[in-house]
Amino acid sequence: MLLITCPWCGPRDETEYHYGGQAHVPYPENPADLTDEQWAEYVFYRDNPKGPFAERWMHGTGCRRWFNVLRDTVSYEVLTSYRLDEPRPALPQAGGNR
Amino acid sequence: MTSTALPEHPDWLWRNPEPRSSYDVVIVGAGGHGLATAYYLAKNHGITNVAVLEKGWLAGGNMARNTTIIRSNYLWDESAAIYEYALKLWERLPEELDYDFLFSQRGVLNLAHTLQDVREGVRRVNANRLNGVDAEWLEPDQVAKVCPILNVSSRTRYPVLGATFQPRAGIAKHDHVAWALARRADEMGVDLIQGCEVTGFLKDGDRVVGVDTNRGRIHAGGVGLAAAGHSSVLAERAGVRLPVQSHPLQALVSELHEPVHPTVVMSNHVHVYVSQAHKGELVMGAGVDAYNGYGQRGSFHVIEQQMAAAVELFPVFARAHVLRTWGGIVDVSPDASPIIGTTPVENLYVNCGWGTGGFKATPAAGWAFAHTIATGEPHPLNAPFALERFATGALIDEHGAAAVAH
Ligand SMILES: Cc1cc2nc3c(=O)[nH]c(=O)nc-3n(C[C@H](O)[C@H](O)[C@H](O)COP(=O)(O)OP(=O)(O)OC[C@H]3O[C@@H](n4cnc5c(N)ncnc54)[C@H](O)[C@@H]3O)c2cc1C
Ligand SMILES: [Zn+2]
Repeated sequence: MLLITCPWCGPRDETEYHYGGQAHVPYPENPADLTDEQWAEYVFYRDNPKGPFAERWMHGTGCRRWFNVLRDTVSYEVLTSYRLDEPRPALPQAGGNR
Repeated sequence: MTSTALPEHPDWLWRNPEPRSSYDVVIVGAGGHGLATAYYLAKNHGITNVAVLEKGWLAGGNMARNTTIIRSNYLWDESAAIYEYALKLWERLPEELDYDFLFSQRGVLNLAHTLQDVREGVRRVNANRLNGVDAEWLEPDQVAKVCPILNVSSRTRYPVLGATFQPRAGIAKHDHVAWALARRADEMGVDLIQGCEVTGFLKDGDRVVGVDTNRGRIHAGGVGLAAAGHSSVLAERAGVRLPVQSHPLQALVSELHEPVHPTVVMSNHVHVYVSQAHKGELVMGAGVDAYNGYGQRGSFHVIEQQMAAAVELFPVFARAHVLRTWGGIVDVSPDASPIIGTTPVENLYVNCGWGTGGFKATPAAGWAFAHTIATGEPHPLNAPFALERFATGALIDEHGAAAVAH
């Protein structure tokens, strides 16, 4: 089970949260101009990296707020978590204390 | 085909050749799908100058990790067509391959626990019958006749309100299926190359002309990806984006028991599926972990929930011990249906997105994928499952029949 830190409530078990997929996927700026292919991109296509991934989680049994997590999809290590109004943090230095 | 003697050891079943510098077709991934594709390329299309490249050992991916459930009771016409074609192939494959992989048509019950489940189940039974798929709706007392150890009392948390039943569904011994296909493909000249990881693609403009591997460069007239959980990371290296997400999916087995469980039972609502293997283990699976992952392990709370559901449905399991748990990485698509066909890159073909339920499709997936690679065109079976459907909107929404369970 993952240990995830909610920016407001602190570290809690994964079972308190709901997963929301990739973070930083903005709604199209000019929706009326999009082709079918571009709509498909927005609706159906998400990154699926092997390694660090910025993703959304919601603290369902706590404060019920959404936030972002940077997590390694191979080691499952939760690298950091941050609020929606904060930018994606730079990755911690390799070999550093993550 | 009911002998319980085990077939010969895999070492004798295929050569282990060195990779050559060029092939007509290279298949990436020696899971069931890659092997079936190679088998049908040779058998149906006479294309035998083929290599199947596998980064680990033959059929050591999801092929070795699944709960081996085979059924064809999907909702939509396109799915019924391909899964039922697979089931018909399964019914004749042991004889065709001359290999007893213990295909046992013991039937599958898909339980309903809510009024909505009941309606969905009845609708699916009707849809199945229209598509020539055997299906029946059973009331709780009929469910208990098929599977006497199942608790159908009205006093459980989620009582069994009925079930769909497909009598021709069943299980098969997964690694024997792989070995059977591998032996025949090898005999027809296909090179099965283990310990060979594809790390990139050779391209000539918009055309793939080969692959880079940890054992050197291999030229190819066509390249077929059958890499399950890794399809999107591979395709990306060829410049193709796939709408799939990779998730850990776990399963577990108990120690051996005398035969107690005569069929296969699945429940999407309380989320467990159970059968009893030929040797006697109870084989169980549950849902995927919600998050993306490539770690071939999953979260313990998923197992806890699955155990709770299993023990409530099958009170006799309460004192069984879990012997082993493991995980595989499955690639899940937005409509819970596979993607199988051509890509925007010429000579590159993809077979992926089978998610939690591709074992049952193994022969039909191989049949259709081989056709696509051999002719450059989809087979009628896989034409609806093209990548383009995400832009046209012609989705094949099988969440109800595939869901996380399968
Ligand atoms: C726990 C679990 C339970 C399941 N239960 C069922 C079930 O009951 N019924 C059902 O129908 N389906 C089930 N499935 C799904 C089924 O196993 C898969 O859909 C199916 O196995 C996918 O096709 P495959 O056999 O070719 O994949 P795999 O066997 O995973 O084959 C892909 C192969 O590609 C190789 N590969 C990946 N990248 C590379 C590379 N770069 N170079 C070379 N090789 C590479 C991998 O090592 C792997 O061997 C289950 C899956 C899991 C994990
Ligand atoms: Zn919180």
